[in-house]
Amino acid sequence: MAALHFRNVTLGYDRHPAVHHLKGEVAPGALLAVIGPNGAGKSTLLRGIVGILKPLDGSIHLGGLDSRDIAYLPQSTEIDRSFPISVLDFVATGLWRGTGLFGGIGKVAREKILRAIASVGLNGFENRPIGTLSGGQMQRVLFARVLLQDARLIVLDEPFNAIDSKTTADLLALVKHWHVEGRTVLAALHDMEMVRTHFSETLVLARGPVAWGPTAEVLTPENLMVAMRMCEAFDDSAAACSADDARSRAA
Amino acid sequence: MIYDALIGPFTEFEFMRRALAAVIALSLAGAPIGVFLMLRRMSLVGDAMAHAILPGAAVGFLLSGLNLFAMTAGGLAAGFAVAILAGLVARSTGLKEDASLATFYLASLALGVTIVSIKGTNIDLLHVLFGNILAMDDQTLLVVAFNATVTLLVLAVIYRPLVIESVDPLFLRTVSRAGGPAHLAFLALVVINLVNGFQALGTLLAVGLMILPAGIARFWSRDLTVMICLAVVAAAVSGYAGLVLSFQTRVPSGPAIILVASALYIVSVLFGRVGGVVRQLFPGRHLEA
Repeated sequence: MAALHFRNVTLGYDRHPAVHHLKGEVAPGALLAVIGPNGAGKSTLLRGIVGILKPLDGSIHLGGLDSRDIAYLPQSTEIDRSFPISVLDFVATGLWRGTGLFGGIGKVAREKILRAIASVGLNGFENRPIGTLSGGQMQRVLFARVLLQDARLIVLDEPFNAIDSKTTADLLALVKHWHVEGRTVLAALHDMEMVRTHFSETLVLARGPVAWGPTAEVLTPENLMVAMRMCEAFDDSAAACSADDARSRAA
Repeated sequence: MIYDALIGPFTEFEFMRRALAAVIALSLAGAPIGVFLMLRRMSLVGDAMAHAILPGAAVGFLLSGLNLFAMTAGGLAAGFAVAILAGLVARSTGLKEDASLATFYLASLALGVTIVSIKGTNIDLLHVLFGNILAMDDQTLLVVAFNATVTLLVLAVIYRPLVIESVDPLFLRTVSRAGGPAHLAFLALVVINLVNGFQALGTLLAVGLMILPAGIARFWSRDLTVMICLAVVAAAVSGYAGLVLSFQTRVPSGPAIILVASALYIVSVLFGRVGGVVRQLFPGRHLEA
């Protein structure tokens, strides 16, 4: 059973597709990098996977996973950093699946939270308000929350943007640890070098899928050139897409 | 002497005791709501909602005169209608919630003033606009206390999703569907407390006992729990001091309460521990680390 199954899915805004007719499967435990130029639909695809965006057409199957089995780290978070909440409380929201509306946070859970904070290297920050953290520290906090969510499928949208190399290395180690634990990890990335060295599988996206497979085979200059060319702007007068009609006529 | 000034009015006159009970009930429920309004950057939304309840209250007035009970029921109905309509319009279209509320409340305020002036006098209009906490009867006091109790219970239920939705709404959307209902429940609580405040302070000042204490608390703490407690205390103190001030000087009670709260607010702005003006002008030498 695949962890993720894209069934001819089209995602977009206002009927304009941003990801067009994507088909394929992600195996359980895969470590998949999604790359492509700006506007290629990487974030759109991830939003579709976590269910924030409903597909315009086709469907995404989660292989029996509940939406709570997915941890999602968005690119530009709408986090209100001025809200008076401590690092400890903020990270603790990652336990939502266990606690829900009323569940208490007991001694065991508290230990877990402190361990998660420690494993992203933020020892001693527990009682700091999140508004006082630097960008890199905040990213560590978000990773700690993902850690606590204990999800089967982890979706990261450009998690290393504007993050220094030390922080990137620490957080990348966490990602690889998740892979070792058998979780499925999808990450939208820009750093080709990182993809080449650390990610076994790559999807090159440019509205439609350009190439998908083992990183070594997929990450070629030719594919990247194709991806660059395919990202044109929305056409306001575009006609309704007939790819499906054509296929059904042929069949 | 001090006894006569500060405690005497309440032992001597029943309407003062009722007013004090009412103002404490208002503080207990309204101030926490105000803190969330402020943190969610909805302070002016609260203000807008306060005007939105006017036509309902005015219809109550039209049907049964200056009967607080009828006006409360009407106000609740109108407030819920506007809150839910505005919330739905904002959530189902691209329009931001503040913009859609502004439209609804302007219409409501105009409608409300029109309805009151069809039947009432200018004095009635003043009463509706500024309230009269000294005219509380037993029935109204019970309504106020009941509303406060309901508020605290519902707030306890939606507290966690409400906090998470305030900090990181996208996260809450990915783990739970509680965000939408929690938001609507919160709007409902805002309406309930505005109607409550409406009895005491009128439609123009009702939001005062919610927002001003929240603003005061913000200058003294960075912790949400402490902030809420401080806001409740600030509201209760303003209410008590405002009643005393009103009793001794014959200033109308509603404005007196809000004036005391405003004075506390100014003191907090100047001397508050968190971001107060004096703190910023004289921060002391910078630390070692």
